[in-house]
Amino acid sequence: MTEFSQTDARKAQLAKRYRAETRFKAFGIGAICTAGLILLFLMGSILISSLPAFTQHYVTLDIEISERHIDTQNLADSDWRGLARASLRAQFPDVQGRRDKRALGKLLSLGASDDVRDYVLANPSSLGTSVRLPVTFSDDIDLLLKGVIDRELPENERVVSNQDLAWLDQLVAEGRISRKFATKIFTNGDSREPELAGLRGALVGTLWTLLVTLLASFPLGVMAAIYLEEIAPKNRLTRIIEVNINNLAAVPSIVFGLLGLAVFINFFGMPRSAPLVGGLVLALMTLPRIIIPTRAAFAAIPPSIREAAMGVGASRLQVIMHHVLPLAMPGILTGTIIGLAQAAGETAPLLMIGMMAFIVDVPTDVTAKATVLPAQIYMWANNPERAFMARTSAGIVVLLSLLLLVNATAIYFRKRFEKRW
Amino acid sequence: MEDQHIVTAFDRDLAELNRMIAQLGGMAEQQLAAATELLDARNPAPIDALIAKDKELDALEFHLNERAIEIIAIRSPMATDLRRIIAAVKIASVLERIGDYAKNIAKRSRVIIDSETNRADSISLTRMASLVQQMLNQVLDAYATSDADLAMDVWDRDQQVDQLHTSMYRDLLAMISAQSEVAEVSSHLLFIAKNIERIGDHTTGIAEQVYFLVNGTLPSDDRPKADESSGTQKGA
Amino acid sequence: MNDTTDPKIKIEARGVDVFYGEAQALHGIDLDVNANQVTALIGPSGCGKSTFLRCINRMNDVIDGCRVNGNIAIDGQDIYSSDIDVVELRARVGMVFQKPNPFPKSIYDNVAYGPRIHGLSQSREQLDHIVESSLKRAGLWAEVSDRLSASGTSLSGGQQQRLCIARAIAVSPDVVLMDEPCSALDPIATAVIEELMEELRKDYTIVIVTHSMQQAARISQRTAYFHLGNVVEHGATQQIFTNPKNQQTEAYISGKIG
Repeated sequence: MTEFSQTDARKAQLAKRYRAETRFKAFGIGAICTAGLILLFLMGSILISSLPAFTQHYVTLDIEISERHIDTQNLADSDWRGLARASLRAQFPDVQGRRDKRALGKLLSLGASDDVRDYVLANPSSLGTSVRLPVTFSDDIDLLLKGVIDRELPENERVVSNQDLAWLDQLVAEGRISRKFATKIFTNGDSREPELAGLRGALVGTLWTLLVTLLASFPLGVMAAIYLEEIAPKNRLTRIIEVNINNLAAVPSIVFGLLGLAVFINFFGMPRSAPLVGGLVLALMTLPRIIIPTRAAFAAIPPSIREAAMGVGASRLQVIMHHVLPLAMPGILTGTIIGLAQAAGETAPLLMIGMMAFIVDVPTDVTAKATVLPAQIYMWANNPERAFMARTSAGIVVLLSLLLLVNATAIYFRKRFEKRW
Repeated sequence: MEDQHIVTAFDRDLAELNRMIAQLGGMAEQQLAAATELLDARNPAPIDALIAKDKELDALEFHLNERAIEIIAIRSPMATDLRRIIAAVKIASVLERIGDYAKNIAKRSRVIIDSETNRADSISLTRMASLVQQMLNQVLDAYATSDADLAMDVWDRDQQVDQLHTSMYRDLLAMISAQSEVAEVSSHLLFIAKNIERIGDHTTGIAEQVYFLVNGTLPSDDRPKADESSGTQKGA
Repeated sequence: MNDTTDPKIKIEARGVDVFYGEAQALHGIDLDVNANQVTALIGPSGCGKSTFLRCINRMNDVIDGCRVNGNIAIDGQDIYSSDIDVVELRARVGMVFQKPNPFPKSIYDNVAYGPRIHGLSQSREQLDHIVESSLKRAGLWAEVSDRLSASGTSLSGGQQQRLCIARAIAVSPDVVLMDEPCSALDPIATAVIEELMEELRKDYTIVIVTHSMQQAARISQRTAYFHLGNVVEHGATQQIFTNPKNQQTEAYISGKIG
């Protein structure tokens, strides 16, 4: 056996190769670390800035649910606001004068009256009794208590007056201030008052829209892909179609919005701002994103499976439906759900069809006016009120959580349907 | 001549087999020639060498068998290759038999060497022996060149040998019945004649194998026989 | 091994040409396949034997640009005529492929798939019976009867191939085509399947493409030698391998160049 001649040239060459490899690995690790750090920084900063939005300060008041403010025959229209204010004023018997009384009342959120009303409606037996109930503070007070508005600032730079501060300190001393999880952010629709503004409307709107997108794009996309991949003859026409589908995937999304405006709203007369139209527009966008991975999933299945089925006398349709489609399912599902996740984050096309409006109500069906999460986030981001800053980040956190959930679903279904052949 | 195998080792194996047959054939021819010479010259000296040589011949035949089995196991021969190997095995066995007959002729020659005998008989025997030598030589050539026609020529010539044997048989019988003192010598002569005749038959056997090797079937006609010593008119 | 009665002709091929686009793969093939016999197709790579095999169950139909001329008749019926349903044909003419390709389903479902789609059974019991008898005839029942719900792909290579054979015979074909069925298997699995073929030919006509001449010699009654898209010689296996008439055949089976 011949010996390796370890000449100096060879040794140097070998060392050079190892060095190059080490360098390459270092670059790779460096890139991953950098990306990871950037991601961590982004996520972290958003998460941290969103935290204030998830808690809300309440003041616990003694409320006399008496006939002075309540009309027992018509509970819904009673003066809950007056009741709430009166209850607060009861804490400060020294406060006289209309201006001071009004200032005191402004400590409470407009939603405080809803808090009381909801409680009484839920507990009719409380009529005529006195209860201790936490009610919502206004957004400024809430921000002050959270420390976002700095106490130390001079009064003319501070939104909260010194008088307000004095009242607050008294309430704090009496132990009436509590801080709870802000459920309103999930139970309420949008509102001009930040402390009352919630994501429910946008969340439901997103879900409706995604439902329409799924129902419109999935069957069409999968069937188109099956036809193109399995049945259509490979000629010039199919090649042209293939190229065009690939190009569609690269079209800017706002173009689809314009298309939706022209065709769905103007020509077909569908309702503006409805998840129906939004879903259809997003479906157009998602279609190529479903067709392409579906075709790839089909192409990845070895011809031996098809031959085996044909050899036993299965017709072409049976070969596809019984054998190829089940095996391609994981790939199809992954493609679909990733396409949906992308659609969930789209804003530009929905801008064109009117889903960027201030909509308070939670949409009840696909034809009701709605907005979607990304649009809601954008609108909150544009709102000058300080309290909306935290809420914007909270909205982003909720959207990202939704997308994570969707991707997790993809992984789950993929694992479930995965078969080895 | 023939196409070569893709696996050259196969070619080498078959060439080795052919060489061994050639060697065996050469040895058998030599034995026969030596025995014939003995018949003629009545010189007892070469007998021991001849008997010793016969052992070599047996050993070579055994070795050829071994090689043939190996080649069949390893190469999975088909068609012509297979026929060649089988033919080689059979021919080797026949050549070994011929060697045995030659040894027998030599031994019997030694016995009659010590007694006076009819010159005519000896000449007849020598004639038969030389015929058979030619046949053996020719049939071995036919094998080496895969010439079926040459082989069939040998096939035909055995008739002559048979005829000679028949006439010798009659003569010797007559002699024995006429003079009983020469019975022992005559009977040895008879056996020698028979052995030579048998060698002739065996060369036709080799000829048949050569025909089979080339054509894939045995020759269709019955071999023409003229040996009437076994009492029947046609060959058995 | 001697068929004393005159064998019936099951498949008749006359003047079969096959073109892949412009290139001609088969030139005027004339060949008969006898019923209840194993016919072996041998020849070097690319000689057209697999192409010819795939003509018999019209698997070449699915290849773009493949054209078949000429006549192939099974039991006297031209299989390329317009009133033949290809799906039905493939139930009558089964195929076993080179690499075992069981469906990624259970063993039971693998065998039951064919009968199901062709409506060969009316009840679950009938289907069970078909599955059991097919697996028995493929020599696999003893090894899998206690785990019919296991995946078909969990079996060894030889078992998978026998499963594919069971799958093919479950639809009661007349003819079984085998395209180098043992080339991916070890010698023992190969021997098991060769033994199986001797049993199977009592009920089916078998045409097998094989690269191994020894295998062709062992298992077939008739052999056809293909070369460059032509049938050079065909005849009784014994004769082809001991005394072929054609010099080319002799050269191929002896492993000679030229």
